[in-house]
Amino acid sequence: MSAVVPLLDFLGDYTLRTVALGAAALGTVSGALGSYAVLRKRSLLGDAISHAALPGIALAFLLTGSKATLVLLAGAAAAGWLGTLLVMRIVGTTRVKEDSALGIVLSVFFGLGLVLLTHIQKLPDASQAGLDRFLFGQAATLLHRDVVMIAGLGAVALLVAMLFWKEFKLLSFDPDFGASLGFPMRAVDVVLTSVLVLSIVIGLQTVGVVLMSAMVVAPAAAARQWTDRMGGMVALAGAFGALAGVSGSVLSSLTARLPTGPTIVLCLTAVVLVSLALAPNRGLVWEWVRDQRSRRALQTDAVLSDLRALARQHDSLDHGHSIKVLEAMRFGRGGARSTLETLAERGWARRTGADEWSITPAGLAEAERRAPGKDEEERP
Amino acid sequence: MILPEQEIQWIAAVTAAACALPGVFLVLRRMALMSDAISHAILLGIVLAFFVTENIASPLLILAAAATGVLTVTLVELLNGTRLVKEDAAIGIVFPALFSIGVILISRFAGNVHLDVDAVLLGELAFAPFNRLELFGMDVGPRTLWVMVAVLLLNAAFLAAFYKELKLTTFDAALAGALGFAPGLVHYGFMTLVSVTAVGAFDAVGSVLVVALMIAPPATAYLLTDRLPRMIGLSVAAGIGSALAGYWMSYLFDVSIAGSMATMTGVCFGLAFLFAPERGAVAIARRRHRQRWEFAQTMLTIHLLNHEASPEAATENRESHLHEHLRWEPVFARQVVRRAQGAGLVARAGGDRLALTDRGRTVAREVVAAA
Repeated sequence: MSAVVPLLDFLGDYTLRTVALGAAALGTVSGALGSYAVLRKRSLLGDAISHAALPGIALAFLLTGSKATLVLLAGAAAAGWLGTLLVMRIVGTTRVKEDSALGIVLSVFFGLGLVLLTHIQKLPDASQAGLDRFLFGQAATLLHRDVVMIAGLGAVALLVAMLFWKEFKLLSFDPDFGASLGFPMRAVDVVLTSVLVLSIVIGLQTVGVVLMSAMVVAPAAAARQWTDRMGGMVALAGAFGALAGVSGSVLSSLTARLPTGPTIVLCLTAVVLVSLALAPNRGLVWEWVRDQRSRRALQTDAVLSDLRALARQHDSLDHGHSIKVLEAMRFGRGGARSTLETLAERGWARRTGADEWSITPAGLAEAERRAPGKDEEERP
Repeated sequence: MILPEQEIQWIAAVTAAACALPGVFLVLRRMALMSDAISHAILLGIVLAFFVTENIASPLLILAAAATGVLTVTLVELLNGTRLVKEDAAIGIVFPALFSIGVILISRFAGNVHLDVDAVLLGELAFAPFNRLELFGMDVGPRTLWVMVAVLLLNAAFLAAFYKELKLTTFDAALAGALGFAPGLVHYGFMTLVSVTAVGAFDAVGSVLVVALMIAPPATAYLLTDRLPRMIGLSVAAGIGSALAGYWMSYLFDVSIAGSMATMTGVCFGLAFLFAPERGAVAIARRRHRQRWEFAQTMLTIHLLNHEASPEAATENRESHLHEHLRWEPVFARQVVRRAQGAGLVARAGGDRLALTDRGRTVAREVVAAA
């Protein structure tokens, strides 16, 4: 109940408003730009970038002695960029595959980050406090100027994505075609990677390096279910990211001992699950309904055809056939009884005894319409 | 009496070896990031089992964690099987979700009990010697060491028992299926092994280092050899080497042991990346360099052969003409001629006229004939 009251004066609460705005901005940006990563089957690049950012944060602090967010994020961006470059270089010049390259970069950079963080911890004049919030994120530490910066950098990233809309689309779907049209696809790749790095870096403070990758993958994977159009997917992914960001960070700010990053990730997971289940066309629920429907249709067809075959063999429409016979003709696939009820409702079959059925003239005509000329010689 | 420092090194070395064995097949099967997913997701299993047993040393924790690892693999495959998301996205959705549940459970309910997120994520090898294993009232060494020895033996036994099956399903899954080797069964058996290894190692060195130890040493070995047995041996060696080097690095600079070990696996891979005899960047650059000159010399001999004993030989077969004909810069042309002279392919025939030697003629004819 304690959560309800603050929710009511949500708009008046400065901290909450800051946190919610920050999370909305970063969710929009990482969700929208994550679409490209997911479409290019590079979902886990985000994981490598965010882990690789850790030593950058530590080094930026060591070199400048400043804990200003902009300085730390510049370090994070540089290191994330370097990590991506290394992954591409390893994949491009050796036979080590992309998955291994990503694994190496993310774990080694992260290890280096730990080394630097423990080193900083032991410096006489500086406490590490403030840097370890980058591990799991702490929305409560967001200040007003952080939010302004997140929104500003995010707007730059989105603007670049809009300017390069056509190029990014080409890169995602058919880079060879793009190259044949004369677009410098390599340079486009570099630009796209840069804005992806930017979108990840601005989330580190709120979500943390460990879980930031989910902010890139999950909104896009959810949005993909609802639409087949690039524009729709990017917009929807941004909206999902913002929704999860706001709900997760607000929940975590209102509840004691609820870390922000994991809470946002669970909100995102819920969005993904709902999308997988309910999205029109692709949703698993609709797929199941379609399956059931076509199964019924096929069963109706098959049982009707079986009844016709029996009627022809006996040369009589009045002869009742035991349901056992019909079941045997279905080779154990079942559904004979319920299908007969359906057929009877439509007037294509009738019950002649306790468990005996036969086809009606209307049913015979229907069977003929569905499978013209098909007779018992085809069904030995 | 073994000193704690020595015990830590033993644990580091044994953990590295235990991780390298399944790591080889993860790298070869292109499932390296499964180790990332598993090592994060097992946190949930550990937390849940801890709530049930309230004992951090209970073997149930290891079982539950290993089960969560297998659950992760199953969920990823299930999600991938719907064909609504690709495999990489499926991994990127499943493990953050499971890990998040684990982290939230810890911070909400476990309070300050032995489980805390930093230790789980980062590991703290320095404390491992304080956790002793006692048998019949006797102190036989750090508990972590014995756990990792057991995991190492298990991995070695699995590899020895199913070597043929693993090799076949890794390199030709279709053939393995056709021969009746049940690739699915081998896959899940192997994934269980990865989970158990991750759980054991995770206790000692934290989840991110598990990824470093499982992937970097086998990737290093992959650059050094083409043979599977040698790759396994080299991976273990690279893993142990990095672990010990990492320990000493942390000792020298007084920093995180796990972080240093991860850094050293990266250094090890970097060295192989640069200096591997056949596939290293340096070897490739040198080969390219050599081939460039060899190719240019061969071009020169063919050019000379074409115009030899023909009326235009006097104008064509000149060093100064190469710029026009082969589009070579004068400096480059001079160098090629000098190298070809050194190799005994070409001789100067007064001024800047060039003539083929017998050897040069043979080389040119061979190349032309082969083409």
